[in-house]
Amino acid sequence: MSMPFYVAPEQVMKDRADYARKGIARGRSLVALVCEPGILICAENPQRLRKVSEIHDRIAFAGVGKYNEFDQLRIAGVRHADLKGYAYSREDVDARSLANQYAQILGQIFTHEMKPMEVEILVAEVGGDPDADLLYRILYDGTVVDETSVTVLGGEADTILTRLEGAWHTGLSLAEALDVARRALSGPDRDLAADQLEVALLDRNAEHRAFRRIEGAQLAELVPDATIADPDGGAAADPDTDTSASDDRTDGPPAG
Amino acid sequence: MNLPIFEPSDDPGPSFTSLLHRSGLEPPTLSSPLDGSLPITHGTTVVAIRYADGAIMAGDRRATSGHLISHRTIEKVFPADRHSGVAIAGAAGPAVEMVKLFQLQLEHYEKVEGASLSLEGKANQLGQMVRNHLPAAMQGLAVVPLFAGYDTRRATGRLFQYDVTGGRYEEQNHAATGSGSLHAGTVVKLGWRDGLDREDAIDLAISALFQAADEDSATGGPDLVRGIFPTIATITGDGFTRVGNDEVADRFRTLIADLSVPGASGGTEGSAS
Repeated sequence: MSMPFYVAPEQVMKDRADYARKGIARGRSLVALVCEPGILICAENPQRLRKVSEIHDRIAFAGVGKYNEFDQLRIAGVRHADLKGYAYSREDVDARSLANQYAQILGQIFTHEMKPMEVEILVAEVGGDPDADLLYRILYDGTVVDETSVTVLGGEADTILTRLEGAWHTGLSLAEALDVARRALSGPDRDLAADQLEVALLDRNAEHRAFRRIEGAQLAELVPDATIADPDGGAAADPDTDTSASDDRTDGPPAG
Repeated sequence: MNLPIFEPSDDPGPSFTSLLHRSGLEPPTLSSPLDGSLPITHGTTVVAIRYADGAIMAGDRRATSGHLISHRTIEKVFPADRHSGVAIAGAAGPAVEMVKLFQLQLEHYEKVEGASLSLEGKANQLGQMVRNHLPAAMQGLAVVPLFAGYDTRRATGRLFQYDVTGGRYEEQNHAATGSGSLHAGTVVKLGWRDGLDREDAIDLAISALFQAADEDSATGGPDLVRGIFPTIATITGDGFTRVGNDEVADRFRTLIADLSVPGASGGTEGSAS
């Protein structure tokens, strides 16, 4: 039996981090921002596999990277929240403890397993007013970032964040917030249409379950360009859509 | 509470009850007969009626322990999810627990799977829960629910009745369960016609509960002194909506005014004259 070569721990961690980062950067990005009606989460996602979903009454989950990995985390989060709500009370289910649980799991997998999880996730909790909103971004190695007002997940996070921070201000309406999110995701060279977006809102004024998807006709109404482009029925007719279609192929399967 | 992550082969899937079982939080099942002298709280009469826009569920507010009234304001009609409701009769403790679990079961499925169960699927889930409760029912803790919902795929209200073994029976037009169900059911049966509107359906439910309370000591009538009235809810395409207490109170007053016999004093039955 041959002895394995010695590899410095720094190198091991660096290799794992690079591996995870590369996996995450392959997928499309997702933004979340605090606005007047609640927390808006908007992902570039032409597929029907969801990146954004409901965890509990006031908590949503979003993930980018490898679909099967963040979906496993999503389901674990739903289970955690429902079990906690059953054992104690629905009011006791909170985003902070869930974010900590995710951080523990991701940190442990990053250090102890062969392969780190190629995911970056968001746990968002809507509060009574915008100051009480919580956005926890959790990285592949278990790092938790407590964000205020806006956050970006996925590849190209820095450039998207610059665009997002430039356009964001307090008191955005739903339509304005969606416009800010869509422009930040699109960038200067293209214009994302409604059918390329997955949008959900944690509704601040909801009585019970705050999570609702904004899709179909409602989304088309809020995204001005899509209402014109859609009835023409030609994604191919639109040169902008063409560019993103070719992006699809380079993205490969792990895009999720 | 830690993050429940399972091996794929051991995964409980979208079922919340399986998850409880795996997590060791499942309520213990009753293994030995209850001591007959233990007071058990019982909930009584609930009815469900199909009408033009969907279904109506109504229940009185009384819970009894033997011959005592143990609660005057218990709730027996609950939303199960957005488009369905569940009403309970039987041992109150296990019944309320069953409702809580059933609500979570539906919500958990919806969140994990990203889609709601069909109405049929929900009715079957409740049937399984009642069946799993059979050992406790044999010890005197029977729970007999009613399930009603608006079937968004068929665009109609649907009603389901159960027995203690978990037997599930779909009723076309109306259903009743609990100690006063014989009287309440008869009133509904006589007053029901196809295409009832909301107001008539509410009046029918109110009348049924009033007559049940009149004949059955375990069913609570309207309490005008304390302002306690039955719980009534409508389930339509717009979802589960509770009928306001003021509206129920008004309709009860109208009913009572209609029933009052001018100049009558004392009972009409067996009056010794």
